[in-house]
Amino acid sequence: MIINKVKEILIAKFGDEVIIAEELNQKQPALIINPELIDEVCLILRDHPETWFDFLSCLTGVDYGVEQKKFGVIYHLSSIIKKHQIVLKTFKENDRDLNQLPVFKSISAVYKAAEWHEREAFDLFGIYFENHPDLRRILLPDDWEGYPLRKDYQTAENYHNIKIDF
Amino acid sequence: MQDTSIYKYQEALISYQEKIKAVASEEMVLNLGPQHPSTHGVLRLELITDGEIVKEVIPHIGYLHRCFEKHGESLNYAQIIPYTDRMDYMASMNNNHAFVMGVERMLGIENDIPKRVEYIRVLVCELNRIASHLIAIGTYGIDIGAFTPFLWCFRDREHIMNMLEWASGARMLYNYIWVGGLFYDIPVGFETRCQEFVAYFKPKMQELNELLTDNQIFISRTANIGILPLDVAINYGCSGPMLRGSGLKYDLRRVDEYSVYPEIDFEIPFAKGEIGQVGDCWNRYKVRIDEIEESLKIIEQCTEKLTKEHKRTTEFDPRALVPKKTVPKAQDFYVRAENPKGEIGFYFIADGRSDKPFRIKSRGPSFCNLSVLPEISKGVMIADLVAIIGSLDIVLGEVDR
Repeated sequence: MIINKVKEILIAKFGDEVIIAEELNQKQPALIINPELIDEVCLILRDHPETWFDFLSCLTGVDYGVEQKKFGVIYHLSSIIKKHQIVLKTFKENDRDLNQLPVFKSISAVYKAAEWHEREAFDLFGIYFENHPDLRRILLPDDWEGYPLRKDYQTAENYHNIKIDF
Repeated sequence: MQDTSIYKYQEALISYQEKIKAVASEEMVLNLGPQHPSTHGVLRLELITDGEIVKEVIPHIGYLHRCFEKHGESLNYAQIIPYTDRMDYMASMNNNHAFVMGVERMLGIENDIPKRVEYIRVLVCELNRIASHLIAIGTYGIDIGAFTPFLWCFRDREHIMNMLEWASGARMLYNYIWVGGLFYDIPVGFETRCQEFVAYFKPKMQELNELLTDNQIFISRTANIGILPLDVAINYGCSGPMLRGSGLKYDLRRVDEYSVYPEIDFEIPFAKGEIGQVGDCWNRYKVRIDEIEESLKIIEQCTEKLTKEHKRTTEFDPRALVPKKTVPKAQDFYVRAENPKGEIGFYFIADGRSDKPFRIKSRGPSFCNLSVLPEISKGVMIADLVAIIGSLDIVLGEVDR
C-alpha cells in the first residue's frame, strides 16, 4: 500500500517526529504530519520517483468546534502517473482569539494550486499561512469582519450600514 | 504585539493596494467585468495594461458566493443535493452524481445500487455533459465574434433541456439523482427519444465543425494563443478539458472507474496539436468537441442497455435503497468525479451522530482552472485575453460556490 511507502520515505528523511499519528482504520487512511514540516513533506512526496504526488486535489481548512480549540488543514494529494492518492492532515491548537490566528506553513511554493485554496481557508476560517505570496481574502470583501465558517461565528447584521436581510 | 499581528494579516491587502496606486503613468488599470459578457458571469478582472498589452491580471471573485459550505453544515445530506445543483449550474446532474457517490460510499451501499439506476445516472450525466460543452462552445464563438454557432448550440441544447425536464421536472436544476437511487425512473419512451436525439445531433455536429472548428478566422484567433504547458497545468491543479488540452490523456472516468463507466466503451480525447500547438485555446476547444462525440457514444450504449439487459420492469423501484435517515459512521471522506469542467471533489467530515455533515468542502474544477489565468495571460493582447477566458470554460457559480 502506498501509505506504508510514504511513511517509510518520510521517516527515512525526517526522523520519527514527522508523523505524529496515523488513521489507518478508515476508508481513506490518513497520516497526521507535524505542521512545521508540511511544506518539506509535500516537496519530497511530489518529487520522489516512487510517490510522485504531482497533483493537489483539495486543500481544506477545518474548525473542530468550540470545545476542541483545534484547527486543521487537510491535504488531498494524488498522482497522475501512479494513479494513487493520499490524505495528509495537520492540526494546531488555538484559543480562537481573532488577533492570534492559527499559523500553518504555506505549500504554495510546491503546488501553485494551493495558493487560492489557502486564500480561501484564510478567508473563511482565519487560518494564516506563512510564506504565502498573496494572502488576501478571496471570496468575501476585503473589509469583511470575522471568519464565517468558524463554528462560533456570529452572523453579521450590517455591512457598511446596509442591513443584511436573509 | 497585537498590533503587529493584525498588520501581518492585512499585509498582503496593503501591498496589493500599494501596487495598484503605484502603477506607472504610461500604464493603465482597467476593470474587465463583473458585468462584462465575455467574463462568463460575475468575474472581475483587474488588468494592468500598457497600451493594448496586458502586463498583469488580478482576478477578483466572490460576487456569486452563496455560502454552500456554511449552508451544508446545517442541512442533512439529502437536502444538500439541490445546493450542489446550483454550483455548476450548466452540469447539475454531474454535480448530483459526484455528491451522491460520496455519500453512498460513506454509507457503504455503493455496490448495492441496481445496474439500471447506474445506467440512468450515466445517461443523464452524459446528456448534461453535452449540454455543458455546447454552452462552452457557443459562448466561446460569441467571444471571438462568431454569432451563428451560439444560436445553433443553444437550439441543440434546448432539446437536451427538454428531455431532462421530462425526466426530472426541472430545466436546469434537477435534484434528480438521490442518495441510494433516483427521484423517479425515466419516463416511458425516454430511451427512444435519446436515440432520436443522437441521430438528429450527429449531422449537426458536422455542421458546427464546418462552421467553427475549421474556420480560418476562428483558427487565427485561437491557435497559438494562451499556451498552457503541461507541467504548469498540473502544478496549478487544472483538470478536465484544460489538462487534456495540454496533451495529457487523463480522465477520472477511466482512472477511478466509478459507476458503470468500466463497462462502457469510449475514448479519452486529448490535444494532439493538429492546428496551433498543444495547450493553446484551439486545442482546449477541440477537446470539448471530441468529448461531445464520445458522450454521444456513451448515450447510445446506455440506451441500448436500458432497453435490453436492464429494461423497465414493474418491480423496479428507483427509490428502494433511498435511506430514511442518512447517518454515516464517523469518518472523513473525499470523493472525486469527472465533471464537464474537470475534477469535482467533495470532502465530508461526518461525526457519526447526526445526519448533517460536520464539515463539507467542495473543490470546484473552475476554481482551480481559473487560478491559472494570471500565469498564462502575461503579455497578451486584451482581445486575446478574452479568447483565453472563454477557453477556460469557467462557471462562476462553481468558482464562488
